Formats: sequence, structure tokens, C-alpha cells
Amino acid sequence: MTRAKSETMAVNNKLGPRNFSQHKKTIALLSMIAPGAIWLLLLRYLPMFGIILSFKKYRAFNPNTFWNNISKSPWVGFDNFKFLNSPDAGIMLRNTLGYNIVWIALGLVIAVVFAIMMSEITNRFAAKTYQTMMFFPYFLSWVVASYFVMAFLDPTSGLIPNYQKSLGVDVTNFYHDATYWPFILTIANLWKNVGYSTVLYLAAITGIDASWYEAAAVDGANKWQQVWHITLPGIRTMIIILLIMNVGKIFNSDFGLFYNVPQNSGSLYSVTQVIDTYVYRAYANTKNIGMSSAAGLLQSVVGFFCIVGANTIVTKIDPDSALF
Amino acid sequence: MVAAKTAKPMKVKDDLRLNGFSKPVEGMFHVILGIFALICIIPFVFVIIISFSSEESIRQIGYSFVPNQWSLESYQYVFEKGGMLWRSYFNSFYITILGTILSVTMCVLYSYPLYRKDFKWRGFFTFLSFFTMIFGGGMIPTFVICKSVLGLSDNYAALIVPLLFSPFNIMIMRTFFQTSVPFELVEAATIDGSGEYRTLIQIILPIVKPGIATVALLNALAYWNEWFLSLLYITKNNAIIPLQYLLMQMQRNADFLAKNSHMMGVDAAAATQNLPSQTLKMTLVVFTVIPIACAYPFFQRYVVAGLTLGSVKG
Repeated sequence: MTRAKSETMAVNNKLGPRNFSQHKKTIALLSMIAPGAIWLLLLRYLPMFGIILSFKKYRAFNPNTFWNNISKSPWVGFDNFKFLNSPDAGIMLRNTLGYNIVWIALGLVIAVVFAIMMSEITNRFAAKTYQTMMFFPYFLSWVVASYFVMAFLDPTSGLIPNYQKSLGVDVTNFYHDATYWPFILTIANLWKNVGYSTVLYLAAITGIDASWYEAAAVDGANKWQQVWHITLPGIRTMIIILLIMNVGKIFNSDFGLFYNVPQNSGSLYSVTQVIDTYVYRAYANTKNIGMSSAAGLLQSVVGFFCIVGANTIVTKIDPDSALF
Repeated sequence: MVAAKTAKPMKVKDDLRLNGFSKPVEGMFHVILGIFALICIIPFVFVIIISFSSEESIRQIGYSFVPNQWSLESYQYVFEKGGMLWRSYFNSFYITILGTILSVTMCVLYSYPLYRKDFKWRGFFTFLSFFTMIFGGGMIPTFVICKSVLGLSDNYAALIVPLLFSPFNIMIMRTFFQTSVPFELVEAATIDGSGEYRTLIQIILPIVKPGIATVALLNALAYWNEWFLSLLYITKNNAIIPLQYLLMQMQRNADFLAKNSHMMGVDAAAATQNLPSQTLKMTLVVFTVIPIACAYPFFQRYVVAGLTLGSVKG
């Protein structure tokens, strides 16, 4: 049946009208793809040429147009990368990697444990309610979340400072005291994202064949043994893949979390500065386009190799889950 | 005999239950999950309570779950003098609705040819979209080019165009096409003489409705929660900022509303008179979250499917 069809099509291909309709089809499909392709060229590929900003001392010339400025700005080699020698570079690298590593580990363990608990609760209505509540923060912006944090920490009206006042102890000025921020940021991150990962793992657990549990139960395996020998191996691939993909993004941070939740407070930079915020602040505070481009370029290049590396590993574990 | 036969499976079932987690362990699960679930929504409940507190109560005891005095003053203020606030609310809706319509259209149009096995340029355009997921020019070169070359500055386009296209959504949509539309259907339509656009709109689209819903909700969420584009591209035209950015500004400088009062058509003195500054902020947060809370059942239904698909597939 299919062979007959393909033969007819092959014959048709040699004929004029069929050839014409092939062209017509390609043109129609190309016209569909055009808006997206144009967007990609203008907003993604054109800016890639902006990478040369990293090697120029960009400033305004007359006439003040971008192409004129960029062609007249002098080349400065790797001068824009000198920030790497400053103590700032060490701090932001430590923060970026440190937070990411801790959060990947914590997020994974908590989400897997929660998903297993959720799948084992016999009262489905309760499980559904917990899931609905836990997933909610994922849909809010960090701007909204920063107000939530402010409600608890605000120096004049916040719940915690006022509680301290009522106890008569010293009031902590959270937005000027870096001590607590590693914990606050960690809690904020888990608060927003654990629900999402839990839902993902729960979906994977639900996909495990129920007859395996029945067979294990008949053979006398208790629930802990079932979790250890059926549930965990069942979601192992997913755990590994999400883990590796997160490691691939280890040089990227959630800009909103680090910028909005600490309210861009300067005295907290030592624990809140990450590469993404550094790139933005280098531009916003000093208009240093060259240096911020250079920092962004480093991040892009290192990130590229991380993702490609992560994907190579994933391909070896489970080719179907590979990104490319 | 019959009784024994029916009793046996029953017993196995009992055994299964015996092999479940014991009651105390399951109770512990409920406690842990319940506490975390509460933590997830308590901040929002807290902000709602603050928005209904009186300014006087906040002056006395700060933000509290049990204010000294309840009040509707901030809501009254929003409804009576909230020119700028309604303007931002309108902006948020405008950007979200227009952006979602345009981005969903672009997403469907781009991902459909990528699903077509018989499309000559399929591999090239798949790569064109995908490559931007793993490499980019970086925040600042992108910003400089968008602003100086493409003219995305202090206009609605600056808040809509940069989010029009998402390679991640393309992957989700293409997977929806691949899993729910048999290619024979396209072939059959072509043989029947249906044009490409007609095939897509009349035959394919009704089948991938869940996929469209997923992508539309993801886009709407991205637009509604957007503040970063305003931070980058809006420098003076505060009349077009969305609610999220207004909230951000109000957090940074307390008198933002007064400074921008000319946009409300009232003078600064009138605008700041009796301004419930503390509760007003929280009221705006409530206003920002309400649309998300309303759409939440749909998010749960469609976005979970999409994200599961998207994250497993990349």
C-alpha cells in the first residue's frame, strides 16, 4: 500500500505538475517559517556580531549611530577582560558556582523525596491539594516574590524586625547585613522551584508500571524496599538527565532572584553578586559596554562548552533524552 | 468453596496494604508535605492581609497576620485615584494579550514545517532555532543592538518583540505535532488538493489544541511576569510600563507614584495626599497575582504537560 503510494509519488516527481507543486509546497512552508526566522536573525544572530564589542573601547562618535560608533571605536585586544584580575571576579564566580551547586543538590534531594512521599499518600485529594499549593510560587515573578520577602524582612514594618522589637532584642537590618542572605536566597529559590521539580518527578513516578509494585509486595518487599528497588531505579534516568542539564547551566543564574529579592542593595553584593548581575551592573552603573560584553561573552562560551559536554554525557546514558 | 475463592484475592489486597507505609509514616508524610505546601502560599496570604490592614496599624505594630485594625483604604485609593496604577494594569494586559497572540502564531507557524518530514529545509531551520538555546551574543550586545539598530526603546515593541519567539516553545510545539498528528493525514490532505495553509488551519490545528493551549499559557505567563525588558529598554516613558515594573520602581523609590503623578492627570500634592503608601504596594501585589491565580487551574492542566515534555526532551 505505502510502497504503491511512494512509487506513484516517485513517478509524479519526474513529471512537470508534480515538480511544480513541490516548489509550491516548499515556498508555502518557507513563508510560514519566515516570521520566526527573521526574528531569530535580527534578535539572536545579529547580536552575536555584537561580540566584537568585547574587544573594542566602545564610545559615541559623530554621527552617533551604532554602526558608525562600532567601526570607529578603537580595538583594545583583551583589555576588557582585565576585570578577571579584580577581587570582584572571584566573588561572583564563587557565588555563581556555590549557589548553583548547593541548589542543584538540595533541589534534587528535596524534590525526589517529596515526589515519593506524594506518590505514596493514599489520600489522593490531599496529595492533589499539596501539589496545587506547592506549584503556585513557580508561576509568580521575582518582583512579586521580593515583596513577599520584604513583608517578613523590611527594617521598619517587616514581621521579623517587629517581632525582635517586641522582644526588646537588637533589630536585624536584613537589607544591610550580608550574614543571612545565603540562607534567604536558598530558601527563596527552594520555595519557588521545589514544587515544579516535584511535579516533574511525580509525573515520572506515575509512569512506573503498577504491576511491579504488586509483584514486589507479593514477594514480601516492604514499602521502603519497593521505593529503593522500584521507584528510584524507575526515575533514575530522569534524575541523571535533569542533573546533568542543570550542571550544564552552572554558570548561569536566575537574574531576578539575585537582583530583586535583595532589592539591589549594595551592601549585600559580596553574597548576592553573580555573573549575570555583574554583567548588568557593569553596564547600568558605569555604562562600560566593553567590559560587560566581555563578561557576557566569557559566560556564553563557557556555558556553551558545559551544555555540549552535558549533552554528550546524556547521549551516552539515554540517547532519547539528548538535547541534540 | 466460592467464598474461599473470593476471599483469596481479598487477602492479597490486604497484604498489599500491609506492605504500604505504616500509618505513622504516612502521617509524617502528610505533616512534612503539608507544612511545605503551607509555606508556599502563606507569603501570599500574608500580603493579602497586609493589603487589608490600616496604615495606622502598620505604623504601630508593623506588618502582622493579625492587624490592629482592618481597612479598605488602599483599595479605595486604587479605585478612586489610581490613574497611573490602572494605566500600568492596562499595559500589562495589553502586552500580555497582544504578545501571546503574536508569539503563539509565530510558534505554530515555525514549528509546523519543522514537523513536516518532506520539508527540504527542515534540518537547517531546526538548527537555526536550536543553536540560540546553547549560544548567544550575551545580554549587553543583544541590548545594544536591539536599542540602537532595531529601535526597541521606550515603546511597546520593546516590551513585546524580545519575547515573541522561544526555541523552548518551538520544541514543545513540534513534539506535540509529532506525537498527535499522523503524517498520513497531511499526505491525504495534500492529495485531496488542500493548500498548505488550509491543511494547517482546518485539519492540523484542531488536533493540536492542547499544544497550543500549553504554548499560549507559557507565553502569557512570560509576558505577565516580565519586568526585565522594562528595566533595560524603558528609560523615560513611564506611561507604558507594566505593573511588574511599577512594583519594582515603588520598592526602590518610595515617592515614585508622586513623581510620576502627572501621568495620572492630577498634581503631585493631590496624589500623595492620604497616600496609603505601605498597604498600597501590597494591594498592587495582590492585583498582580489575581490574574495568575484565576488562570492557575489552566496552568496546572496544560503547563504541567508541556513542561514535562519540554524538560524531558530538553
